[in-house]
Amino acid sequence: MSMWSAFANPLKFLRLSDWLAPLFYAASGLCIAWGLWQGLWVVPKDEYQGGDIMRVMFVHVPAAWLAMASYSALAVASFIWFIWRHELADIAAKVIAPLGAVWTALCLATGSIWGKPTWGTWWQWDDARMMSVLFLFFLFLGYMALRAAMDTRQKAARAGAILAMVGALNVPLIKFSVDLFTSLHQGASVMAAGGPKMAAVYLWPLMISALGHSLLFGALVMTSMRTEIRDRRTARLRAAALEGGGADA
Amino acid sequence: MTAAPLLSAFRQSLGEAWAGGAGALLPLGFLGGAAVLVPLGIGSDADTLRAVGPGILWVALALSSLVTLERIFQADAEDGTLDLWLQAGAPVSAIAAAKTLAHWLSAGLPLALFSPLLALMFQAEASPALLVNVGLYALGSLAFFFWGGVGAALSATVRRGGLLISLIALPLYVPTAIFGALAMSGGPGSTGAPLLLAASTLFACAVAPYAMAAALRLAAD
Amino acid sequence: MNSEAVPLLTGTGLGMIRGERVLFREIGLTLRAGEALVLRGANGTGKTTLLRILAGLTRPETGRVTRAAPCHWFGHREGLKPQETPRTHLTLWARAWGPGADIDAVLTRMGLARPADVAARYLSAGQRRRTALARLLLEDRPVWLLDEPYTALDADGRALVDTLITQHRAKGGALIAAIHGEAGFPASGDLTL
Repeated sequence: MSMWSAFANPLKFLRLSDWLAPLFYAASGLCIAWGLWQGLWVVPKDEYQGGDIMRVMFVHVPAAWLAMASYSALAVASFIWFIWRHELADIAAKVIAPLGAVWTALCLATGSIWGKPTWGTWWQWDDARMMSVLFLFFLFLGYMALRAAMDTRQKAARAGAILAMVGALNVPLIKFSVDLFTSLHQGASVMAAGGPKMAAVYLWPLMISALGHSLLFGALVMTSMRTEIRDRRTARLRAAALEGGGADA
Repeated sequence: MTAAPLLSAFRQSLGEAWAGGAGALLPLGFLGGAAVLVPLGIGSDADTLRAVGPGILWVALALSSLVTLERIFQADAEDGTLDLWLQAGAPVSAIAAAKTLAHWLSAGLPLALFSPLLALMFQAEASPALLVNVGLYALGSLAFFFWGGVGAALSATVRRGGLLISLIALPLYVPTAIFGALAMSGGPGSTGAPLLLAASTLFACAVAPYAMAAALRLAAD
Repeated sequence: MNSEAVPLLTGTGLGMIRGERVLFREIGLTLRAGEALVLRGANGTGKTTLLRILAGLTRPETGRVTRAAPCHWFGHREGLKPQETPRTHLTLWARAWGPGADIDAVLTRMGLARPADVAARYLSAGQRRRTALARLLLEDRPVWLLDEPYTALDADGRALVDTLITQHRAKGGALIAAIHGEAGFPASGDLTL
């Protein structure tokens, strides 16, 4: 319970994240470094998955995981704000969106780089995962654009929450339709990265990399939230100062 | 007696859509113009045109819904009508749905009815299938209008909201575009696709009005 | 006047923030049958926002509004579509709110008999305001929330507003009006923001 109240109360959150964020940064650095070292130098390359280029998977798979996880986090934060109006939930939603968009773009870029030598094309319309991630990217962009277009933070919070929830309701349908679309057009070129048949040597480096990326994401979210909390407090103080000066007039 | 405000909203929106001067001719012209550009862009090869024709019409329908939706709630927010609807004593979601339906009738349905003609221009065989496609286009465009309506309601107070509507609505149009094109492909999986299209349209009609209502309350705030 | 009457509209602890600016805080008011409350305050003190909160159009940051009776909102924007005429506009809203209003009588009453069939895009600002005011007569709602009811009206029009208000109060209605420096308003009390 005390953990939860820390996320509902900006002051408690500042105190908590004061030591938690550096911890996350350090842990994520270790995990990502170990994952990359394993991925780039230790594990054997897999010729069937494109030779050395398959090593991009140690960035690609964590990015794919975070693309989905961050949109889920956005939807959950929006839902919490919509029901309980905790300002911190809105702050979380606001900062998650651009970070999520960056990881989603990273996932698309690495997928494309991996795809060129293995599929012979930068973009594979038949690949359901690429398509789903692309639409996820558009959902993030729309969310950010909508928030930016609103004139007060209260309106940005409300509009953003509505859109994030509509988007979250649609994600399963989009996913299903894209899967259907690609299953009917599928060629022989598609291979299963991250599928259940993956060799065990890749599994641990992948898991640790994914953990590292998640910790980094969490740390960046905390840092951005701290900035946003202080931004809002500054704006409040400035408004109060202006008010004090203007009240005499 | 809550049906009266809904009828009024419906009637007003219909009147507004026609008051542009050309009424349903304007969206038709848009669709025709967009579709005619395609052969100019990709060449006049009959087989190619036959293959892309149904898809082009889906894209044109999606675009025309976006273009016509920009003003549906924005005008109401600007001239104060929105305040009156919020006080009309009917659920805001129902009013939003009535207005969206009216816009679909004047800008979506005519395009669907017009589709066989364009299909013929895209070298399709004249067959009863073209008439079935009218129904599919009508069904799918209804989903376009409802999801587009959510974007329109969210950006009702935004200057140059049209661009924002497109960005917001684009991912929401994906299932309809996929199911609709699949239903007309005649390939594997096309027999069940009309049902999927109907289901996703129903989903849009069920969910979108509530999102529109929340967004309209925000626009008035 | 009649302080025993049941309140038609109550606001308690109302506060509003726009962006980071505090518009007002801890506003409380009670409106009873027959009362006419005037809202005063300089530009930008939140008169319109408070009225919109009372009308249920804007969500307050703090506090609660209790409405015991339906209300009419009359704001800066007339809610007229360019292609509507006063007659079609009033017919539409009479239908939306429930039948029974005599449109011709309302038009005559508001001095709109002559431009009744002129599209709103050709009406003068005063005629547009009169059309919007006419909506108050379409359905009997005990509470009127008027934001600057005199704007753009001629002497005749202002007298008409006063008459409407007097008759509304005599029927047991009540109202709150945001007014800017109008001395002769027949008020029963006022509230300064």
